[in-house]
Amino acid sequence: MSDASPLQESADPPPPRETPEEQVSYLRAGYSLKSWFFTTDHKRIAILYMVAIMFFFVVGGAAAVLMRLDLATPSADLLTSDGYNRAFTMHGVIMVWFFLIPSIPTTFGNFLIPLMIGARDLAFPRLNLLSWYIYVIAGFFTLYSLVAGGVDTGWTFYTPLSTMFANGHVMAALSAVFIVGFSSILTGLNFIVTVHKLRAPGMTWGRLPLFIWSHYATSLVLLLATPVLSITLVLLAAERMLGVGIFDPALGGDPLLYQHLFWFYSHPAVYIMLLPAMGVVSELVAAAAHKQVFGYWFIAYSSMAIAALGFLVWGHHMFVSGQSMYASAIFSLLSVAVAVPSAIKVYNWTATFYKGSVSFDPAFLFAMSFIGLFVIGGMTGLMLAMLAVDVHLHDTYFVVAHFHYIMVGGTVSAFFGALHFWWPKITGRDYTKMWGGLTAVLIFGGFNMTFFPQFLLGYLGMPRRYHSYDPEFQVLHLLSSAGASILAVGYMLPVFYLGWSLRWGKPAETNPWGATGLEWTVPSPPPKHNFEEVPVVVEGPYHYPLKHPASRD
Amino acid sequence: MSFVTPLWPPQASAYAEQVDRLFLGFSALTVLLVLPVFILIGIFALKYRRGRDVDRTHRTRGSVWLETSWAAGPFLLVLGFFAWGVALYVDAQTEPVGALEISGTAKQWMWKFSHHPGGQREINELHVPAGEPVKITLTSQDVIHSLYLPALRLKQDVLPGRYTTLSFTADRPGTYALRCAEFCGANHAVMGGRIVVQTPRDYAQWLSRSGADKSLAERGKLLFRQYGCSGCHGPASSVKAPDLAGLYGRPVSLESGETIIADDQYIRDSILFPHRAIAAGYPPIMPTFRNVIEEEDLIALTAFIRNTRAEDWREEE
Repeated sequence: MSDASPLQESADPPPPRETPEEQVSYLRAGYSLKSWFFTTDHKRIAILYMVAIMFFFVVGGAAAVLMRLDLATPSADLLTSDGYNRAFTMHGVIMVWFFLIPSIPTTFGNFLIPLMIGARDLAFPRLNLLSWYIYVIAGFFTLYSLVAGGVDTGWTFYTPLSTMFANGHVMAALSAVFIVGFSSILTGLNFIVTVHKLRAPGMTWGRLPLFIWSHYATSLVLLLATPVLSITLVLLAAERMLGVGIFDPALGGDPLLYQHLFWFYSHPAVYIMLLPAMGVVSELVAAAAHKQVFGYWFIAYSSMAIAALGFLVWGHHMFVSGQSMYASAIFSLLSVAVAVPSAIKVYNWTATFYKGSVSFDPAFLFAMSFIGLFVIGGMTGLMLAMLAVDVHLHDTYFVVAHFHYIMVGGTVSAFFGALHFWWPKITGRDYTKMWGGLTAVLIFGGFNMTFFPQFLLGYLGMPRRYHSYDPEFQVLHLLSSAGASILAVGYMLPVFYLGWSLRWGKPAETNPWGATGLEWTVPSPPPKHNFEEVPVVVEGPYHYPLKHPASRD
Repeated sequence: MSFVTPLWPPQASAYAEQVDRLFLGFSALTVLLVLPVFILIGIFALKYRRGRDVDRTHRTRGSVWLETSWAAGPFLLVLGFFAWGVALYVDAQTEPVGALEISGTAKQWMWKFSHHPGGQREINELHVPAGEPVKITLTSQDVIHSLYLPALRLKQDVLPGRYTTLSFTADRPGTYALRCAEFCGANHAVMGGRIVVQTPRDYAQWLSRSGADKSLAERGKLLFRQYGCSGCHGPASSVKAPDLAGLYGRPVSLESGETIIADDQYIRDSILFPHRAIAAGYPPIMPTFRNVIEEEDLIALTAFIRNTRAEDWREEE
């Protein structure tokens, strides 16, 4: 676009190749590979994470495509049984540990936490870079296990299948998950210290954006739960490699011990995926409604409550495992309790729209998509918390549908919402809003078509992780596969229009949505050190007075 | 391809109907709790859309009263269903008295069942009489499996090294699916078969038709000699070993000072791991039979020990 010269007289001049803001932004602070791979700038590290995470999203998605294609017919035709088992194992391992858990915190959390609290960077910038390298090293282990032939244990690595019977590359996958855990731990630690120590003057705890509260809660879970998984995986490796009897009853171990340890991490891990998404949605809802979030403290503390209660419900994964009937009853009760803070958030978001000034931007549509899908996922989760219902539905497609509504319908919708909301800030360019809206609608529709039939399949008695199935289930499976193709289109569309915006998009304003928050006070894209002078905060978050210009336009 | 899609799974028992009622009742509550959210967001978003000139004054930033009610209200409503769910679960978990007993063994990738006391055996099929309580004692020879009977809305994980039980009373004769629900390796998807619920008359006929030449206890008695158990535990033995007659179901004092009830699990563990729970007053000299005796033989041995009263024991010799 070299023709964007000042001499041009056209009414709508093509966007300049480079705006003055961009020239001094973090994006132009060095062009060498070294300036990216050895950067300590939280914004650049966020971009590094974004690239790595999207790569794994595509790889994990490819495994899902294989599965959905195979499941279009009842017989086992596209893949071998072993191949199918490896496909869903890799899908689970990659999506859980290499996409969902790091997704929002390491990209948007990394980029926005310092900007939102008025800091120049995270507390430990070099540790932040190290976290990314650890993630990448772990990623190579995953890719190795994939290329070498895959793993056939399911992402849950249940013993004694994983220690004594599976013949895939279990050790490589275990190593990958073990290593990536340290990336999680360091990121969590970094965020906690940053929120405690680097808040700008006047940025009291009560003035923190809810995005920060949810990331703070997430970081606590990352820090406290991940080591349990690491230790469990070491024990698993000791049994598989050295034959030390810990979980295998043939060696004197107890397989249920593994399940307790695994879910002690993996249930809180669901909240690691979900809490940041809730933080994103709180921001999107406030910005779309142009109004003070309803019940700020209730939303903030509900994040903390979820983080705490999330540690007490792991036993609901074991209702049919043979654990004590009384333990099951207590875990069922606690699982009902953990839904309360989530419900509080949803009701507060709803109330926020009352007397708001609602814009139908892509960010709003993604937030609505999140609320719709998350609510369905949450309510079906409550159904699964009912003991007698779970006995029937445990390990069926009902469970598969439920957790995809939470993790994909919820977290991935929020991820795309965040991408569309902060894209102008991160890249300095605007995309075409209409395309963003279309993507939100496609993802919402495609998602429901993919996963709603799976609720029905589950109640009809179709177990999960089945390569072949009774012909009576085919219609629902076909619907699901057809929906998945729409979903795939929805996920791929942004590549085009967001990619287009990088080159041809209009330069973004400092505050394109008219939103509150310190990140909207710095230029788009932000300069290398975020703030020219340390901002002083004098009012609470989401200060949208009625006279706010954007609320009446 | 079949275009006939069932809308609801078959109900083979009164319990299945109750689970469905709980599920549908809770679904109704779900809709009741969720619809207001969807409707209100829609109304608010349209009514207060940007640029529309409506009254936006008197905005509130929160209300403790509202927060408390929408936290507590749904919670209390759900608690009712929680209690219902627990009641049904306890019902299903409670072992009925005088139930027909069946032993099930799972292994990659098949189900084997033996009927007590006749010893009739079947693979990937399970025949049960309608209207009679049935108790299945399950164990696995390798990895964890899960016995899933969708028509009964029941499922129980099957663990290696441990006995779990699944009890039910099927009411409606018919043939229903039997599946493995816990991922167990390459052929997990085909590790299934059917459960055949028969009228008691048909079931009796089936039992006699598939009659084994020996009852479970008789087979166990034979194994008791074959594996050399009788060498020490027999009444005429000179080795000092615990007397097994009438042992089943009784408390056993252990060397450690604890007392344990001699149930299936105890007997199985004592054969495979004889040094784990040593009976008080006996030297720990028994060798392990791990990797020697298969799960199915253990079931037969246990059946033998269980059915042997002190009087029968002495008659033996």
